[in-house]
Amino acid sequence: MNQPYLSFLLLLAFVAFNAGALIGMSHLLAPRKPTPVKETPYESGMPPLGDAHERFSVKFYLVAMLFIIFDIETVFLIPWGTIFFAAGGPGMGFLLIEMLVFIAILAVGYVYVWKRGALEWG
Amino acid sequence: MTFFLWTSAIKVVVVFTAVMVGVAFLTWVERRVCAWIQDRLGPNRVGPEGLLQPAADGLKNLFKEETLPASSDKLLFLLAPAMSFVPALLTIAVIPFATPLPTAWGDVPMVVADLPVGFLYILAFASLGVYGVVFAGWSSNNKYALLGGLRSSAQMISYEIAMGMSTVAVLLLAGNVAVSDVIARQQESTWFVFPLALAYFIFIVAAFAETNRVPFDLPEAEGELVAGYHTEYSAMKFSMFYIAEYSNMVTASALMATLFFGGYDIPLTSWDNGPPWTIAKTLATLAMFSLKVGFFLFLYIWVRWTLPRFRYDQLMALGWKVMLPLALGYITVMASAIWLLHARLGWTYDTRFALALFGLNVLLAIPLFFALDRGHLISGSEARGEA
Repeated sequence: MNQPYLSFLLLLAFVAFNAGALIGMSHLLAPRKPTPVKETPYESGMPPLGDAHERFSVKFYLVAMLFIIFDIETVFLIPWGTIFFAAGGPGMGFLLIEMLVFIAILAVGYVYVWKRGALEWG
Repeated sequence: MTFFLWTSAIKVVVVFTAVMVGVAFLTWVERRVCAWIQDRLGPNRVGPEGLLQPAADGLKNLFKEETLPASSDKLLFLLAPAMSFVPALLTIAVIPFATPLPTAWGDVPMVVADLPVGFLYILAFASLGVYGVVFAGWSSNNKYALLGGLRSSAQMISYEIAMGMSTVAVLLLAGNVAVSDVIARQQESTWFVFPLALAYFIFIVAAFAETNRVPFDLPEAEGELVAGYHTEYSAMKFSMFYIAEYSNMVTASALMATLFFGGYDIPLTSWDNGPPWTIAKTLATLAMFSLKVGFFLFLYIWVRWTLPRFRYDQLMALGWKVMLPLALGYITVMASAIWLLHARLGWTYDTRFALALFGLNVLLAIPLFFALDRGHLISGSEARGEA
């Protein structure tokens, strides 16, 4: 009870040790006979064409940016959620209006993103 | 302090072992249930009813040759399975699985680390799993792996928003992120699945997407991407991705049970809700918790053999155009309802309060499921006539 983070560190150390042990053990125990064909990337049995690290769809960057925006909104809502019920009475009404304003601003941004087609995956 | 350290060390080893054995057992259960649903036998040769099959698979994977693609980024390639494995096995730490165990030296809480940050810790560490997937996809230098890794990371972060927002609804009623407080609040009145039924719906959909399970297993859609981000992995490293995926399922099930189904709470009795703690209470609540987690794990497998897979644009449309506005709108409706009942009518939070919210949820659910079922929102571009 007194130091929960200490138990967490113990678990972290134990899990990390086990992860290392699993990789290390299979490295020591398993046979290793590499051939050039074995070491080529798998492409359904065909000789691989070009490099895999080519350009990929810009959509993935867009998703990442949208994620950061909306995830931060979630992070802002969490402290609000924890104090909401305990506030009671007039304080609760203030918190409710505050949150409605916040979500209204967020909704404007969301509608803009939708209308600009950022959510289309076509 | 020494006592605390010793009990912590024991709990760490016991919980880790329990999760690992549970995951091994789960792979066997999945194959047997799958066989049962498809009316065939499944693995039944190794040990009684095939129970030792996971042990045989584990040993085999330890002694198998590993391939290391010549053009791969060696360091990241080695690091990726560990980056998946470690967060997946850490997330379970904050979930209490039984009432405190009384010993001669004091009560021992049945949770590895009752962190004050509570389930935010789980959301945080579950997101760290994305790194393993991205590293694996990138370092393999394989086109299938890269596409699988990209898809997987985009999917995981998209559904994380809906998941986070559905837990905000839990916070409105629980008032604290500490998992023990969430459970205590549910023991006082009723399980949160009743007053927050739609939040649970959002949560379970997001949890299926987060764990990359059917109907959201696009990252490893074998028809198009071979095996997704772990195409190039073999032997023990492949096994570690597998363990990570299944222990993520275990954590997601445990989180569902804890946030919405009262955790280790035994329903319809208050015998298990307070001290004095006894060993009987610990064992009974542990059994109850295992039963709930087991049910959700069975649900995962059941859904896998019931629903077809989404197409990728449908998946993203569901996440961004349905789940996100639904979660946001749900928070505003719930907050307004709680304000009306608590601040205006002066109700305190009890079973009556919860049932009033449950009625509201049912009223909201009818038009929602009607709208979802009409086939307009998640049908994809072709059905909308845009193709």
